[in-house]
Amino acid sequence: MADPALAPAPVQGLWSDAWQRLRRSRAAVVAASLLLLVIVLAIAGPWLSQYTVEQVDWSQATLATSPSLANGHWFGTDANGRDLFVRVWIGTRMSLLVALLATLVSVVIGVAWGATAGYLGGRVDDWMMRFVDVLYALPYMFFVIILTVVFGRSLVLIFLAIGAVGWLTMARIVRGQALALRQREFVEAAIALGLPPATIIARHIVPNVLGTVIVYATLTVPQVILFESFLSFLGLGVQEPLTSLGRLVAEGALEMESSPWLLLVPSAVLATVLLCLNFLGDGLRDALDPRQRT
Amino acid sequence: MTRSPSQPGSPDAAPLLQVRDLGVAFATPHGTVQAVASVSLDLRAGECLAVVGESGSGKTQLLLACLGLLAANGRASGSVRFGDRELLGASEEQLNTVRGTGIALLSQDPLSSLTPHLRIETLLTEGLLDRRLATRDEARQRALRALEDVGMPDPAARLRQYPHELSGGMRQRVALAAAMMCGPRLLFADEPTTALDVSVQARVLELLAGVRDRGLGVLIITHDLGVVAGLADRVAVMYAGRVVETAATAQLFKAPRHPYTAALLAAVPRLDDDAQSRLVGIPGDPPLASVRTAGCDFAPRCNYATATCLASRPELRGPQGGTAAVACHRPLGAPVPVEEA
Repeated sequence: MADPALAPAPVQGLWSDAWQRLRRSRAAVVAASLLLLVIVLAIAGPWLSQYTVEQVDWSQATLATSPSLANGHWFGTDANGRDLFVRVWIGTRMSLLVALLATLVSVVIGVAWGATAGYLGGRVDDWMMRFVDVLYALPYMFFVIILTVVFGRSLVLIFLAIGAVGWLTMARIVRGQALALRQREFVEAAIALGLPPATIIARHIVPNVLGTVIVYATLTVPQVILFESFLSFLGLGVQEPLTSLGRLVAEGALEMESSPWLLLVPSAVLATVLLCLNFLGDGLRDALDPRQRT
Repeated sequence: MTRSPSQPGSPDAAPLLQVRDLGVAFATPHGTVQAVASVSLDLRAGECLAVVGESGSGKTQLLLACLGLLAANGRASGSVRFGDRELLGASEEQLNTVRGTGIALLSQDPLSSLTPHLRIETLLTEGLLDRRLATRDEARQRALRALEDVGMPDPAARLRQYPHELSGGMRQRVALAAAMMCGPRLLFADEPTTALDVSVQARVLELLAGVRDRGLGVLIITHDLGVVAGLADRVAVMYAGRVVETAATAQLFKAPRHPYTAALLAAVPRLDDDAQSRLVGIPGDPPLASVRTAGCDFAPRCNYATATCLASRPELRGPQGGTAAVACHRPLGAPVPVEEA
């Protein structure tokens, strides 16, 4: 690192400033690196093995073999003789995909809904937020189960169902921020410039709440992964031969005494992902907190 | 006629902005608060009108009402005409065709009136681009010119910067440049110098004078009589939501007619005063906006008040065709005879 006193003051935006702060947080950097490793493995991992996700290895003495370097089953095999290394990364891929898409759905709906309600205020705000309250009151587990039962089990539906539940909190957070921002002088200046409400919301309000949104989103991702695991655990989530971390943990729990690696390996990956996301979220929150900005 | 020789603009030209009997009331849990009552003003092109008053006299609400920017519980009555268009009661869409392009607003605090995460270029050009009045290149050229007009050093580099990288004075200049981008005919300046230090204030006032000399009407709101003396052609003094005196600047300073105006002028500390002399204040406090009496609002604090002053409210009166008028039963001096006592 160069001496900051000697370096010329760089032209810095708010985002590059936040990025610098994030890089100074060791926990966030370690978490981000680990997460990156997991993502790379989730994408490339299955190709590293000679086995495929559905392939049963009949050549072994028992169907569930323990982890070994010699036979290429680095994480062992499951009760059906399928390679766990491949299945874990396929499962991670699925869990991350669900988490990302569902979070994206919840961020898009939540931000648009919350910013509109908060900026317009008054009666519009009342109605929009009462709608959110009503959805909150529904037991969301029940809601998702009904959705999957009525429309059948499909991946897209899982993304939508989880996202449709997840946006409520996001909308509330964003609405609170937009309500406060609306009173700020720069918003009045934008109105006095004759900009229409949609432009003001999109250009002057939403970017101001993005810091909070990003932080909350990184904390939503683990929730969604857990929720998907729970759905899969109940048999409502991802279907065979595809799998997810939640399913692998659920199946591993059945064979816990005879083949503990079936539980330990996917649990370790799941725990790593969740921990990393939480640390990254904390780091982002600190980095984007305007009160700490120097 | 008591117009000062410096008065620009023809008195016969139709005023750009015509405010008639404007009232602003706020509905609060404790009843209706009348922030502004029966205010009438005219503003012509190339003229600078200053509205002076202490905090809470309703001067900012007057300006916000003209642009349709009152808080949700605020209600404006009367009439505000810009050119041949009525602004009170106009829809947001109609107002948006006037805001920025017809009337621009320069607000008090340049530190908070520029959206922090947008580059100067975006802040300057968004009004033009959003209305598709210019292509991106044209808009950038105009932004460069606008920054040059306000005397910004190295405008090309400024376009890429963010507001927090500029000093307070520079930000106010950017805000002025942004206000001028869409070619308005009228500029509302709400205490444009309050948040700035003295050396920068002078520069901003110079720029505002330049804006007026380019033929725009400038309505400046201030509590600083120094600002008024240097810039304004005419002054309207507000007290408790009403205009109590209006006159050409020189005349107002030389011979204030309303006791409140006189007291305001007397309260300004002077450099040639004896250093030991005390600052002169106005005894008492302004009346609460929720409590309005039948008499003159200033009567309880006025040295000249009589029973008439407490009982009946004086009308704002002046000679026909003149610009000077005073709302007082017992005006000081007599440079303008009141038509009817």
